[in-house]
Amino acid sequence: MADAGMLRFHVPEPEVRPGGTPDFSNVTIAEAGSVPRPDIDVDPRTIRDMAFSIIRVLNRNGEAVGPWAGLLSSEELLEGLRNMMTLRTFDARMQMAQRQGKTSFYMQHLGEEAVSCAFRKALAPGDMNFPTYRQAGLLIADGYPMVTMMNQIYSNEADPLKGRQLPIMYSSKEHGFFSISGNLATQYIQAVGWAMASAISNDSRIAAAWIGDGSTAESDFHSALVFASTYKAPVVLNVVNNQWAISTFQGIARGGSGTFAARGLGFGIPSLRVDGNDYLAVHAVAKWAATRARDNLGPTLVEYVTYRAGAHSSSDDPSAYRPKTESDAWPLGDPIVRLKNHLIKLGVWSDERHAQAEAEILDTVIAAQKEAESHGTLHAGGKPSTREMFEGVFAEMPPHLRRQRQQAGV
Amino acid sequence: MPRRTMIEAIRDAMDVSMERDDKVVVFGEDVGFFGGVFRVTHGLQAKYGKSRCFDAPINESGIVGSAIGMAAYGLKPCVEIQFADYMYPAYDQLTQEAARLRYRSNGDFTCPIVVRMPTGGGIFGGQTHSQSPEALFTHVSGLKTVVPSNPHDAKGLLIAAIEDPDPVIFLEPKRLYNGPFDGHHDRPVTPWSKHELGEVADGHYTVPLGKAAIRRAGAAVTVLAYGTMVYVAQAAAEETGVDAEIIDLRTLLPLDLDTIVASVKKTGRCVVVHEATLTSGFGAELSALVQENCFYHLEAPVARVAGWDTPYPHAQEWEYFPGPARVGRALLETLEA
Repeated sequence: MADAGMLRFHVPEPEVRPGGTPDFSNVTIAEAGSVPRPDIDVDPRTIRDMAFSIIRVLNRNGEAVGPWAGLLSSEELLEGLRNMMTLRTFDARMQMAQRQGKTSFYMQHLGEEAVSCAFRKALAPGDMNFPTYRQAGLLIADGYPMVTMMNQIYSNEADPLKGRQLPIMYSSKEHGFFSISGNLATQYIQAVGWAMASAISNDSRIAAAWIGDGSTAESDFHSALVFASTYKAPVVLNVVNNQWAISTFQGIARGGSGTFAARGLGFGIPSLRVDGNDYLAVHAVAKWAATRARDNLGPTLVEYVTYRAGAHSSSDDPSAYRPKTESDAWPLGDPIVRLKNHLIKLGVWSDERHAQAEAEILDTVIAAQKEAESHGTLHAGGKPSTREMFEGVFAEMPPHLRRQRQQAGV
Repeated sequence: MPRRTMIEAIRDAMDVSMERDDKVVVFGEDVGFFGGVFRVTHGLQAKYGKSRCFDAPINESGIVGSAIGMAAYGLKPCVEIQFADYMYPAYDQLTQEAARLRYRSNGDFTCPIVVRMPTGGGIFGGQTHSQSPEALFTHVSGLKTVVPSNPHDAKGLLIAAIEDPDPVIFLEPKRLYNGPFDGHHDRPVTPWSKHELGEVADGHYTVPLGKAAIRRAGAAVTVLAYGTMVYVAQAAAEETGVDAEIIDLRTLLPLDLDTIVASVKKTGRCVVVHEATLTSGFGAELSALVQENCFYHLEAPVARVAGWDTPYPHAQEWEYFPGPARVGRALLETLEA
């Protein structure tokens, strides 16, 4: 018993710090195939327990099991594998380019490739994602040119954003990828607004909102849930729970006090939790939620349980706050390895073909990199015109900016 | 020509815009069924339906954030923040998102929104129903900031703002909603029906953003004012007999520098007046611009009359509000300097 009258301040701590042995024994993981697949018009009150379980399709033997399996053909799965491998290779090359001083900054997706790559395949042309900085798989899986991504990362003369944006803050309306902002969570409510606009316009397109576990603590997370629920907006509200917000474990955003998915329940939003490292499960759940939105049944909140295997960014060193081997201990494994094993089990893939594909992808990425670097890198070669600095603040340049542009001598 | 209050003129601007363009949507707290706490959106929901004019949750960041998403989709939201004093939760969305979307996406996405907010004091509104936060917007690259002072301008400027391809902050001096106010709180207020600027044409017209209006031509001193202070300055000029040229800026950004400079070069003197607090207020920008552009024509230091650097008080309303006596003293001092 605590002393009566003496309050104690509580600050959550992760189970293990550097030097300790990684321990995920507190992570309860449902067996693959064990979580039911409700009808899309389900009464959210009847599926509350789904916000506390984990939908999984791939079992330990690499087999696809249960009611969420069977949506994708072998060809589609092979394409998914290739997209995830491409994203991982792209990340590795760009991380290296940052170390070589060719750009100022980079952020990897290591371990989270399934989330964005599989989600993209559940959308239809014209749908709009409002991503964070860690969903480049949406672009890769939609066939956005890698060279263009690299041009943005290098801020070179071919950068579609004219050197105005920090590396990886891509924008492509054509590919349903809303302009990334450095300010966390802002896009979550914007996605809801986009979805409301689609409904107001009697359109058939839907929106997808993206946020990380840490940023759910931002007030715009709450704003988005209120608006999405109030107006039954056709939006999929994605929470990527990779356990870490820079150095801060998910408990500081009060994960573990329930689940992030469970936060949707208070707003009457059907809320699911899914194995974020299971390409098939991510796709199946995304498809379920997207269909609900398209059928005018309103928003769905989806928590992807995954692990940020890499550093937060090229400016971060995770060994200062978590065990170096923690990602190896992560019980949901590696999304690429798991899909690879499944495809081998299906008899449509092999270790040899995988190694060959890795080499091919590396060649493709290197070729793209060479092409991008022919347009310049941050400190060498072609760069955007200084005049571009003054353009695009407004549709039409007002007099005070024209004067400043003259003063700048451009 | 029909006469309208500022409330009716602003409502008419939205009515005209919604009629002409079905992409225009109007929402905010109490804006829908009830028609707004100031009645500015009265009747719009009945006329255009709930999908064009609707009530919003009490969440300013949500109102502006969802409007940005709608604008990215292709709609033209005209949203209301109930009081300018309550825009702060939306400040992140306004300054980092709405203002920057065109620039950061190189025009891939744009943000044609209007955010209306009742502003200003003189109504015993106390701390959180009286603020004038315009300097917090003019300091943000990518935002346009408009402050009308009469029904005719309010309608024309609001239609122009709704049609503008970029985000516009539309500050409505609530003290002027029902009639002009010159700071003489002890006298009865004249309604807009008795004022020529209450004449508001039916149908569509615009008052272009970025153009000031000279309210009183004069030769002795230039007064730069906007909103309620336009009438305070007029009263001060009449009462002191100073032949002041009073410029109603109407749009703070983009600013009509040409009109300002031409006037100050003619008069050689300048007094800047605003309700907002003095330090780092928009008056500092105006004063600096006049000094930079008219230095060799100035006969006296540029003077500023503003709210004191305190939160807006309740009981001391008229000691805080820059009334005609304070403005008049500044006019005389500038002439004598």
